[in-house]
Amino acid sequence: MQIFADALRDGIAAFSQGTIDVWGIVWTSLQTSGTAVFFSLFLGIPAGFFLGTRRFVGRRLLITIANTGMGLPPVAVGLIVAMTLSRRGPLGDLDLLYTRPAMVMAQVIIALPIVAAVTAAAVGAVPREVRLQARSLGASRIHEAILTLAEARLGLVAAVAAGFGQIISEVGAVTMVGGNLEGSTRVMTTAIVQFTRMGKYGPALALSAVLLGLIFLVNVLLAAGQHSADRFERT
Amino acid sequence: MTDRTRLPVFRALLASVLGLAVVFSLTACASQPDAATDAPGGEAGEPATEPTRVILASTTSTQDSGLFDDLIPAFEAAYPEYAVEVIAVGTGEALEMGRNKDADVLLVHAKADEETFVAEGFGTERRDVCYNDFVFVGAEGDPAGVGAAVDLNAAMTAIASGEAAYVSRGDDSGTHKKEKKLFESAGIEPAGDWYLVSGQGMGETLKIASEKQGYTLSDRATYLSMLEALDLAIVREGDEGLLNQYGVIPVTDARNPDGARAFMEWVTSAEGQAVIGAYGVETFGAPLFFPNAE
Repeated sequence: MQIFADALRDGIAAFSQGTIDVWGIVWTSLQTSGTAVFFSLFLGIPAGFFLGTRRFVGRRLLITIANTGMGLPPVAVGLIVAMTLSRRGPLGDLDLLYTRPAMVMAQVIIALPIVAAVTAAAVGAVPREVRLQARSLGASRIHEAILTLAEARLGLVAAVAAGFGQIISEVGAVTMVGGNLEGSTRVMTTAIVQFTRMGKYGPALALSAVLLGLIFLVNVLLAAGQHSADRFERT
Repeated sequence: MTDRTRLPVFRALLASVLGLAVVFSLTACASQPDAATDAPGGEAGEPATEPTRVILASTTSTQDSGLFDDLIPAFEAAYPEYAVEVIAVGTGEALEMGRNKDADVLLVHAKADEETFVAEGFGTERRDVCYNDFVFVGAEGDPAGVGAAVDLNAAMTAIASGEAAYVSRGDDSGTHKKEKKLFESAGIEPAGDWYLVSGQGMGETLKIASEKQGYTLSDRATYLSMLEALDLAIVREGDEGLLNQYGVIPVTDARNPDGARAFMEWVTSAEGQAVIGAYGVETFGAPLFFPNAE
């Protein structure tokens, strides 16, 4: 266990000396993953709602595709996005490879099926009578959707947690499309890989602790949201 | 017997057939430990034990060059009692692996650090193996005039003009150390919008330089092996300051000291040196590594 204690002490020392721009790296992680989660929710919740509540031909197939998408290998996503954005690729003129927007793009593709599938499951669990009653009382389609999503909010929180947890911990795709460039696309996971490769186990371990702490914090916040939602329900 | 030792291909073939025989436990005899001093009678002379692992820590640039695809099978053919596992990391981590005894033998290219490593007692000795050279690559047309510069210092100044991006590996690798030395001797502290730091291996860094149409310093082998995938040309080569010396170091108190030693002896032997010198000739039309063991 000595090796961990030593490494952690080294890492904290390296951080406090300011030789490594830890907060810059953490901030880049939060910015890219936060933006990606926002877009995933923006697209994934309506898609999930649609899948979970509407009956139409091919629905089962789409749900299966979304569920498969939850297990989409991030490296495959990274590879395809990188090839698409490369100078020789179809979107090469955009000059986006090795930039933050490229990372957000890949992360949205990774998180979107997760958000959609979890949302679909959550709204699917809301009793159909709730929606029918709302409609019979004169609610519009939009109102009906809002009501259903409010009923399914616990599941939606799970969708946020799952999507965010997946992309902030992901390393393969963000390396391929971001390039781990210092001060622009270096995020916590890519920095951890780099420090490990360089034999700097200290900063790598300390940064892993920060990453773990951050995911924990986000889940505490989400759980708090869930809890207050719970209380709201009982009163 | 003399024919067999003279024909490496035949011997490699025979050794792999014998290796298979060992795996299938078809041999019951373990009379001789070394296939190189194999007695007549074929499989009777093979060791019946499984080959022991030799962990070779080396650099990503060496791995990316493809040299190991030739070198390791040739070594294992000569020494079937060892199975080499290559861990390709940066020079920094390779040395760290040596310090932690997570590797048995190192093949890296940062001479000063290697000598310190041995002086501190982490390695038993260090021998020169071969060298290759670094080249500056950049966008076709060389916008900053790196190739036209009178010497390396002037070339570094041209790079620092900010005319195009420069992608640094920034990973304490041998290549990064070489770059730092070149900037230092030109009196330049590289920083600014033009100076990008990838923190990654040579292959990834070349791809980033290609996408950004910037410059980077690369070993020739990795550059040539990725030529097809890159929109980059060699803009400067041949300066004395661009040579890249590789060394081999067996790790002190390694898990497999005999295997480490055997690897060092073989890679610096006439046979190993010939494999190194021949690598790349077929694919690239020219050798990528120049053997120079004493």
